[in-house]
Amino acid sequence: MERRKFGKKLFTLVVSSTVFGGLLKKANAQTKDYDPSKHYYGMGIQTNKCIGCGKCVEACKDENNVPKEPFFFRTWVERYTIKKDGEVTVQNIDSRITTHRDNIFEKEILRSFFVPKLCNQCDNPPCVQVCPVGATFKTEDGVIIVDDERCIGCRYCIQACPYGARYLHPEKQTADKCTFCYHRITKGLPPACVEVCPSQARIFGDLKSGASPLGRFKRLFKLHVLKPFLNTEPKVSYSDLDGEVR
Amino acid sequence: MKKFLTKLPEQASRLLIVFIVFIALVLLVRFLLPASLKDHNIHIQNTVATEMSRQVRYAGSEVCASCHDEYNLKKNGYHKNLSCETCHGTLKEHSENPTEIKPLVPRQRDFCTRCHAFDPSRPTGFPQINPSAHNPMKACVSCHNPHDPKPPNVPQECQACHAEIARTKAISSHVMLECTICHEVPTQHKVAPRNVKASIPAEREFCGKCHSTQSIIKETSKVDLATHGEKYLCWQCHYPHMPEVE
Repeated sequence: MERRKFGKKLFTLVVSSTVFGGLLKKANAQTKDYDPSKHYYGMGIQTNKCIGCGKCVEACKDENNVPKEPFFFRTWVERYTIKKDGEVTVQNIDSRITTHRDNIFEKEILRSFFVPKLCNQCDNPPCVQVCPVGATFKTEDGVIIVDDERCIGCRYCIQACPYGARYLHPEKQTADKCTFCYHRITKGLPPACVEVCPSQARIFGDLKSGASPLGRFKRLFKLHVLKPFLNTEPKVSYSDLDGEVR
Repeated sequence: MKKFLTKLPEQASRLLIVFIVFIALVLLVRFLLPASLKDHNIHIQNTVATEMSRQVRYAGSEVCASCHDEYNLKKNGYHKNLSCETCHGTLKEHSENPTEIKPLVPRQRDFCTRCHAFDPSRPTGFPQINPSAHNPMKACVSCHNPHDPKPPNVPQECQACHAEIARTKAISSHVMLECTICHEVPTQHKVAPRNVKASIPAEREFCGKCHSTQSIIKETSKVDLATHGEKYLCWQCHYPHMPEVE
């Protein structure tokens, strides 16, 4: 690169970043009344209530501008089918119901069920440890967030996540993931997937508040988290989880 | 100035350049770099603020209840726990501008079957139908009110004896027709059913009252009686209690 061109680029970069920093400071001042230290968010999922309609997936895509193509998900629903001979198939259901009876005869099925999945918002998040530029971090109220201005799109975090909860946003070319709809929960609204779930399979709540639907969920059911042996300490817990679920 | 520089020994001028570069770097870090690049906490704060300032698209059912009476109708039915936005889509914009932006009103059959079509993976007890046998082609809303869904009030007067016919008719497109529309039933039929029989329509024109192309009744399938299956009676090909079956 020529020296003059490089100088120009450096100048624009410096000026734009200072201006942007100033704008951010202004945005910060607007949201003063929310105190993150008083909250710690978690989610409960009642697996046997999920009917696999895919409304949560659709709502999440609407709310968070996730690309509509069926390979980009912040939350998704898996269909587990265990056949009588022990074979397990896992399908990611599209927002349209796919007729899985095309390839599996109903009589061969031993049991079959849906499992909604999303970012587990781990207390000990492997994706945060590997980020080389510090673009992703855990907030005070326990949500893992990606700064898409800082992210360089190296995909380390996508590799590191044991739950496959991250994807590379095809337009921004940065890592993207579930934030529990952070812009909603800080205003007292539930995440979009929880709002639209027709069978109340998802329960969202504050682990620091005393009485809440999430507290009741944690009291009433035998709970499990995904891949507990990895010590990631997920904040999304599942009830009635089948042993085959990975 | 030029004289001064040329007079200066070479090592001193080089030292001067290094010094100037050093000062420039210090100034760059001190004043031009945004604070978020220097302090991780400020970076976290700024990212959280941008995340919080994102647009909410799902308004939540409480907002709907302030204008719409359907909310009260819904609260005693099977759909009481459903959020309005599960079916009507994102409503934040509608709540801010109710006259110009109208919500989705899904009436087509495949909208309801996304949750209520039979699927072996769905939990036991969840109300499901077989879409190809349950009133095919008919819109669900013509019999079921989505704000208070329950089985429609169907005529039941003959069910005590003719239960099998009643069950068959219950999932056919003739479900809302009373038995007496097609059958003339003498009062003695209830006393001595084997001696005094109910009548059976014997002419093609009887079915033609609803199903011929001249018929004024809407919402029925129409055929031209002159060309459609000339010499046969309708019931020889179509079972009237389950007319969909070909």
